[in-house]
Amino acid sequence: MLEVQQLAVNYRGVRGLDPVSFQVSPGQLVGIIGPNGAGKSTLLKALLGLVPASGGVVHYCTCPLHQQLERVAYIPQRSQIDWDYPITVWNVVMMARTRQLGWFRSPGRAAKEIVKAALARVEMIDLRDRRIGELSGGQQQRVFLARALAQQADLFLFDEPFTGVDKKAEAIMLEVFEELRSQGKILLLSTHEWGQSLNQLDRLLLLNQCLIADGSPQQVMTPENLRQAYGTHLGKPLHQDLETSFFC
Amino acid sequence: MLNLLLEPLGYEFMRNAIAIGVLVGILCPVVGSYLIVQRMALLGDVIAHCVLPGLSISFFLGIDILIGAFGSGILGALLIAWIRSQTRVKVDAAMALTFSTFFALGVTLITVLKNKLDLDSFLFGDILGVTPHDIQRTFVIAALILLVVKLFYKELLFYTFDKTGAQAIGLPINTLYFGFMAAITLTIIASMQAVGVILVISLLVGPALTAYLLTKELHQMMIVGAILGAIASIAGVYLSYYQNLPSGPAIVLVSSSLFLLALLFSPSQGILTRSPQLEPATRFMNRFKFLKRHD
Repeated sequence: MLEVQQLAVNYRGVRGLDPVSFQVSPGQLVGIIGPNGAGKSTLLKALLGLVPASGGVVHYCTCPLHQQLERVAYIPQRSQIDWDYPITVWNVVMMARTRQLGWFRSPGRAAKEIVKAALARVEMIDLRDRRIGELSGGQQQRVFLARALAQQADLFLFDEPFTGVDKKAEAIMLEVFEELRSQGKILLLSTHEWGQSLNQLDRLLLLNQCLIADGSPQQVMTPENLRQAYGTHLGKPLHQDLETSFFC
Repeated sequence: MLNLLLEPLGYEFMRNAIAIGVLVGILCPVVGSYLIVQRMALLGDVIAHCVLPGLSISFFLGIDILIGAFGSGILGALLIAWIRSQTRVKVDAAMALTFSTFFALGVTLITVLKNKLDLDSFLFGDILGVTPHDIQRTFVIAALILLVVKLFYKELLFYTFDKTGAQAIGLPINTLYFGFMAAITLTIIASMQAVGVILVISLLVGPALTAYLLTKELHQMMIVGAILGAIASIAGVYLSYYQNLPSGPAIVLVSSSLFLLALLFSPSQGILTRSPQLEPATRFMNRFKFLKRHD
């Protein structure tokens, strides 16, 4: 169980996130949605202590989460990565084992097997010797998904995993999410994708600086909530858009 | 031909020059690779200028210049990080202000403290005046840094590729950053004698950048860079001996020429050799793509 209580972020005097509280049970796939600058990434980062929280606590299995970071797999936004970095697909995924291997040790056979399996799962094993910059956006995201899998974590945080990826990568990601969910893992992902993928989520957190709504996609995506999150002008057309694509 | 190579080795100053040149030529590209992949190449230049006040003070106090130069270089780097974290000032502006201020302070201190510090050899290096003690010190610094890079390679790889991700798995990123700053500062101090602070950036960046065009992984970039760095140093020293050129600049010019060659002829990324699937005419036209107006 992931328990978040009154978590708030106030960065250099700029309001990032008003106190939010929520709980996530094992086997839940939770989406965090909201407009740009709503604090979706900030929330994910604050959960892990990557940005200093101005208040609140985050517990996982009754202990503070930042003391058990080895149980977390975090996938940053695509824009945070320099894709010209001289590194191959294989070594990106091998990074997942850094913490488990510990200082001064290089990967042995066990680590290699884990990395191989993760790459096979996302159908990227054939491209393992490619430089990461030679891949398409969707392939790059699959590599990062493999890195998350190879961490063998219990808690998965994805920052905008669907941005800039093709249909194939999206399909593989959703399959893997489904598998992880059935294994009782907790998954949190921020997204501004409004397509079919929302249907796969157990639960949505609608965010705009504060938590506007929390519940099943149907409960959350009401005209009233969307108006609150996106403003009067945008809220209504967005909801009509949803009715055609999402509630059908 | 052989005589051409052996003759200069008859002189002790040439043997010393080559020894320190090779050490620095190997060390600089390894550390420089980290600078390049983090898009922080100019930080090398900044720290190089920041060591001057410390150098002047240690001359005045009569302590080892290593201590003063190291303290002052690290202070400069920390100051930049502090300005960045506390204000909206961007890193390039913070760097420009910090290094010029430190440099001005250093030059002022040399006058005020009436140092016998030879500013010229500090700026442009004096590889022919290297003493066995200098070589010893450079050797110890190089061995230490290369060992640290080997030991912490996987952590540094993660940190430089994906800082947020590294922080998220609980790597001590502040310690890694500080260690990295310390390594750059030590590398610069070790290289000062060979090429001087103005040109050390070239040795940090040049061979590593050449290697970047030839390889696909960081460790390969470091190894190839180190080989190229050593070649550049040796070739530069010989050039300066036979052509009577200033040795620091000669080393730098050889290193830059190697980069130019890789830029043109790298098998995968060379301007003249890449994308073989295109027709020669298309390739030729592509070279002038940058002239096209983007309205």
